[in-house]
Amino acid sequence: MKYEAVIGLEVHVQLKTKSKMFTRAPYYYGAPPNTLTDPVVLGLPGTLPVMNKEAVHKSAKVGLIFGSQIAEVCKWDRKNYFYPDSPKGYQISQFDQPICIGGAVEIELPGPSRNVMGEHRSVRLTRAHLEEDVGKLTHGLGESLVDFNRAGAPLLEIVTEPDMHTSEEAFAFLTSLRMHMVYAGISDCDMEKGQMRCDANVSIRPAGTMELGTKVEIKNLNTISGVRNGIDYEIKRQIRCIEEGEAIVQETRRWDAEKSRTTSMRSKEMSHDYRYFPDPDLMPVKLSKETVEGLRSELPEFPYDKQRRFLEQYSLPFTITSVLCPDRELSDYFEAAVAIYNNAKSIANLIANDLLRELAEAGSHGSLPLSECKVKPEHIAGLVKLIDEGIISKQIAQDVFIQMFKTGHAADVIVREQGLEQTSDTSELEALCRDIITNNPKPVEEFKGGNEKAINALKGQVMKRTQGKANPKVVDDVLKSLILN
Amino acid sequence: MTDETFNINYLAQLARLELTDEEKQHFSSQLGDTLEYFKRLEAIDVEGVEPMAHAFPIYNVLQEDVPSSTFSAEEVLANAPKSSENQIVVPKVVE
Repeated sequence: MKYEAVIGLEVHVQLKTKSKMFTRAPYYYGAPPNTLTDPVVLGLPGTLPVMNKEAVHKSAKVGLIFGSQIAEVCKWDRKNYFYPDSPKGYQISQFDQPICIGGAVEIELPGPSRNVMGEHRSVRLTRAHLEEDVGKLTHGLGESLVDFNRAGAPLLEIVTEPDMHTSEEAFAFLTSLRMHMVYAGISDCDMEKGQMRCDANVSIRPAGTMELGTKVEIKNLNTISGVRNGIDYEIKRQIRCIEEGEAIVQETRRWDAEKSRTTSMRSKEMSHDYRYFPDPDLMPVKLSKETVEGLRSELPEFPYDKQRRFLEQYSLPFTITSVLCPDRELSDYFEAAVAIYNNAKSIANLIANDLLRELAEAGSHGSLPLSECKVKPEHIAGLVKLIDEGIISKQIAQDVFIQMFKTGHAADVIVREQGLEQTSDTSELEALCRDIITNNPKPVEEFKGGNEKAINALKGQVMKRTQGKANPKVVDDVLKSLILN
Repeated sequence: MTDETFNINYLAQLARLELTDEEKQHFSSQLGDTLEYFKRLEAIDVEGVEPMAHAFPIYNVLQEDVPSSTFSAEEVLANAPKSSENQIVVPKVVE
């Protein structure tokens, strides 16, 4: 029998704020253990939580990005459980009045090849609620270590409808979610830093049927490959269970990346009883229409909209737009260059090929950030203009680019100082070409014998002698006319 | 004694409390009284009254996102029975 998987995701995203959710203790990634706490974080007696305005606003923005309904009034509740990562014995979360209700995330599935845009579809959101993160546990032999730095950091839990059917779609969802979050400055969504974490609800059913199967929750899918592998493993496990006549048990399973399998954590009978109740220490939040509209006006153009515009407005190939548009800074950089000199295709090519290559080589941990790059949009525009005006060859332009990248000097300055202007003076080139034809009889004979490509060997010699400054088109014409006449 | 509306053993387990039989009886009776009191509240007619999380209509107690001071790691660990690598040591919580 053929089976279809049904997948829903719960994604926790750490909001990019300077201080924590319910107190102003600072929060950032990578601080030494237990150096980002205060009496509220540790749940010391007598402390009271006070809400972070920026976290509320960023959460509402997430709802606006994905077309959710922003709650007019929402409140916070206590989720009660004992665990060493939670100093108060409860987590402040939102139970029945989340800040964002509904909405949908546009995702892009892989196309038939790299050059072709894949299918776009939407994954519906159930809700998004704003809560506080818990501390970090490190498990050793017989003991666990507790670091409360992360405890109390603002965390937005985004819950999807069971709208996905393959790990590929789940991956596409996370990619799109992250892209939108980073674009709008909501979160950096670095999974390696725990800024985006994912749990998946997976069930299977015979293909073509509508009734949902028993769902299993998979936790610990904390890397991009973990999401793919964990979901794929769980789908296979459930199919095997059913084919062997076993029932699927409603349970929570943990993805073990090392052993590439999921293992049972707890079954439904042992599920938590969180005894949610409204937190009496926190007053509800009302977001006025004016506030919401103000937040909406701060949102950027969204990446897929921008990509569609780039395809149409600049007639760029899909591959180039799929390099530029997922990166807000890079796509803004491109448009800044095009605003200075109107040759979108050449500018886009220079950015997607030369600039990204140099940035990748210059960085010590990953690529050098664009903000630290000495080549500014006006440099790129200036360089493309020199090529278009025939002042330098494309080949020379590559060297000029590398020099711009190192020095931050303008292209025309580099070209003038080093005398890199292209030679189109035919009389000078003719003498040189004659000389090369005389000294290279073999390719000349081959060319005469009908091997068109043999002329490249001669061209190469000319370019070498002129240090790339000869206009290749002119060289081609001169060589051909000298040989054939 | 177990009231029909709650199970004292389950409540004790959720609260991580080990109760003697005597304590169970004692607290069951107290919790029973509390629930009795709630029954009186339930009897009030609240038709047309919006559910509320607070008695006072105060909203938006919000602070600007400006980071303040933190405890030092030494202060955090001062009350911990055991610590290592600037972290609190607890019995292992996963198998």
